[in-house]
Amino acid sequence: MGLEQMPHNFLTARLEDLVQWARQRSVFPATFGLACCAMEMMATGAAHYDLARYGMEVWRASPRQADLMIVAGRVSQKMAPVLRQVYDQMVDPKWVISMGVCASTGGMFNNYALVQGVDQIVPVDVYVPGCPPGPETLFHGILTLHHQIRTGDLLRRRVSGTGAGVHVEQRDGTPSHVQPIPIRRKSA
Amino acid sequence: MATDTDEAAAGEPPAAPPADEVAAAILERFPGSVIHESHRQPVVYVDRSAWHDVAAFLRDEQRFTQCLDLTVVDHLIDAERAVIPGVDPQRFEVVANFLSHPRNRRIRVICELPGDDPTLASIVDVYTAMNFPEREAFDMFGVVFEGHPELTRLLMPDDWVGHPLRKDDAPGRIPVEFKEDPAPR
Amino acid sequence: MSEPIDVTPAEEARLEAQTDEGSQQLRRAHHEVVTGLWPEDDETMVINMGPQHPSTHGVLRVMLELDGETVLQAKPVIGYLHTGMEKTGEELTYVQGPTNVTRMDYLSPLANELVFSLAVERLLDLDIPPRATWIRMLLVELNRMSSHLLFQATNGMDVGAVSMMVYGWREREVTLRFLEKITGLRMNHNFIRPGGVAADLPEGWQHDAEELCQTVERGVREYSDLLSENPIFLERLMGVGSISTEDAIALGVTGPILRATGFPWDLRKAQPYLAYDQVDFDVVYGHNGDCYDRFRIRLDEILESIKIVRQCIDAMPLGDFRVQDRKVTPPPRARIDESMEALIHHFKLFTEGFRVPPGETYVSVESPRGEIGCYLVSDGTSKPVRLHIRGPSLYNLQSLGTIAVGGMVSDAVAIISSLDPIMGETDR
Repeated sequence: MGLEQMPHNFLTARLEDLVQWARQRSVFPATFGLACCAMEMMATGAAHYDLARYGMEVWRASPRQADLMIVAGRVSQKMAPVLRQVYDQMVDPKWVISMGVCASTGGMFNNYALVQGVDQIVPVDVYVPGCPPGPETLFHGILTLHHQIRTGDLLRRRVSGTGAGVHVEQRDGTPSHVQPIPIRRKSA
Repeated sequence: MATDTDEAAAGEPPAAPPADEVAAAILERFPGSVIHESHRQPVVYVDRSAWHDVAAFLRDEQRFTQCLDLTVVDHLIDAERAVIPGVDPQRFEVVANFLSHPRNRRIRVICELPGDDPTLASIVDVYTAMNFPEREAFDMFGVVFEGHPELTRLLMPDDWVGHPLRKDDAPGRIPVEFKEDPAPR
Repeated sequence: MSEPIDVTPAEEARLEAQTDEGSQQLRRAHHEVVTGLWPEDDETMVINMGPQHPSTHGVLRVMLELDGETVLQAKPVIGYLHTGMEKTGEELTYVQGPTNVTRMDYLSPLANELVFSLAVERLLDLDIPPRATWIRMLLVELNRMSSHLLFQATNGMDVGAVSMMVYGWREREVTLRFLEKITGLRMNHNFIRPGGVAADLPEGWQHDAEELCQTVERGVREYSDLLSENPIFLERLMGVGSISTEDAIALGVTGPILRATGFPWDLRKAQPYLAYDQVDFDVVYGHNGDCYDRFRIRLDEILESIKIVRQCIDAMPLGDFRVQDRKVTPPPRARIDESMEALIHHFKLFTEGFRVPPGETYVSVESPRGEIGCYLVSDGTSKPVRLHIRGPSLYNLQSLGTIAVGGMVSDAVAIISSLDPIMGETDR
């Protein structure tokens, strides 16, 4: 008998409040620092900007024990399935913060090697812009997430983070004056 | 850069670039090479067939202890290419930078590869450090190094098709659309 | 146009045979397995470490073949942070180049910008004013300090001294704040540009720099007290992950790892660039080539960098902070309102960039991780034909296959941490 079977009425309102309060105050991030943003994420956890005052200093290496995945850095094509696997291994309730412009949209690297926005792979709750976002910006993002957790629905994540919802077809590609080199199998 | 080239005396017409000893030694052992001075750095253009022997020569006889870097350049769509007399410009250039710790000098060796047959001898047996760089060159340009113990992709996923740094491989830029923008950028 | 590549079946078979161990596989080496307590214990175990792992310093994947706890083979698999920066570099002008290059080695971004700017200036045969040179030197040494402080933090944490993570960041924050005061950003500064630096040093920087030096010195003495004689730390790091000088040189290793083996090779002394021949500092080197030596070298290099910063404070020349050549550096913002020519120059520089005559060059500097080089090929347009950065971490990581063999699994973590790899410059 979990939270799903609980009736939602004025009697259980205080219990829901308590659950959300507890969830907000003990979010455990998963270690998912990829690139430069990881440096600023570590800075946020260090003494000057101290995540511990929000109960978040415990970075869980195992995704099973983590609530929050802060995707800090650029996600390459090779890393994308790993990211999805780690996200799938996390247990509900889970949240995702896309930290930095590379994780949010691909950043300044609009090319073959990067996934243009991690929301193509996992649903994102908060996007934190910056290259890299300083600890204060990341904090703003984390506190926004805390507010979402506190005031949001108990069982369903907010509708945000469904991605841009825009389909683009790739219009540029091989420059018109060069032809790709085909490899022909010669039957020798 | 610690080489033995002297500054040209001011006001006089520039003399022929003073020959670098190591470059001269390479030219002597491998006739057909071309010496060039690129912004006060010695560069030797060697023939494909001599590539492995030049590396062995540099390590064994010229005491070039480290091969620092090996990379490939794709000259397919160059606007203007420097013409070096004696060198037949091809599409690919394989460039290796060498450093000698005891002699405190550097040299660069370049070899031209045609676009339709980009194969070259591997120098992993001479300089162990070249394992990853040659794999990266294969991954990014499709240059095949014969004799490499494990020539697989290094940076791209194993099943990637194409060689990204080639000039005819698209950058893969996705046009960005903003709200109320008349056309995607 | 180019001819198609014709591949005969024989060639294809040869290529396949050469590449049958895919980059994501590990072929078991034929080792004599010492049978342990269990009679069925006759096979080695292949485990995978990373790419998401608390101690792999970014997205590094290491495949380990183990016999019990002993490491028989260690194969680093990289590419999980490949960003196509060299391809992006071919699409960006030389003015925009530093923004791209700075994100490769994201722990010492100014070193990347420096090597790129030096390469462009060499291709342009440009001499930059002395003040710009000294400002660059000051910034790169500050970067070295902040990079080594982060190394102390992560190394301590990986080895078990978790509180080092908090201590190391204490001094690094002060350094980053000073860098923010000068350059405007804490990281990825885009401050060292071809032609000089982006702006002059702010008022009162000497006082702030001196305070910074004192703070960092205090911190380093504290870490030295905490760790250098700590018996657990010594047990964890002494004798672990040794490499000889011959092996290190053959594997292309540079930087503190090479200096730890007993070979005092530092590009700042051997092949001086910027104004390093005018300042007085020592090259720190070890003699055992193990993890402890690498830790000590990096700790002492912070003190050497402080020496250099103090000399920069005393000897900073006056003058321009960037070359006056209008074709390369933008005019001062105030001039744009007054002069049409200045406006046009500014416009052209930031849209089209400046053109570099055809040529190629290789320039290298001593970054906190070793020799970082930039091989730049230009063709007369405003964008490079080839921008290649020789990242020291690629070669340092290659040596993992040699260093980790024979040790234990827990030593593998200490070794990776002591190599101080940055995946951004490894994968680019």
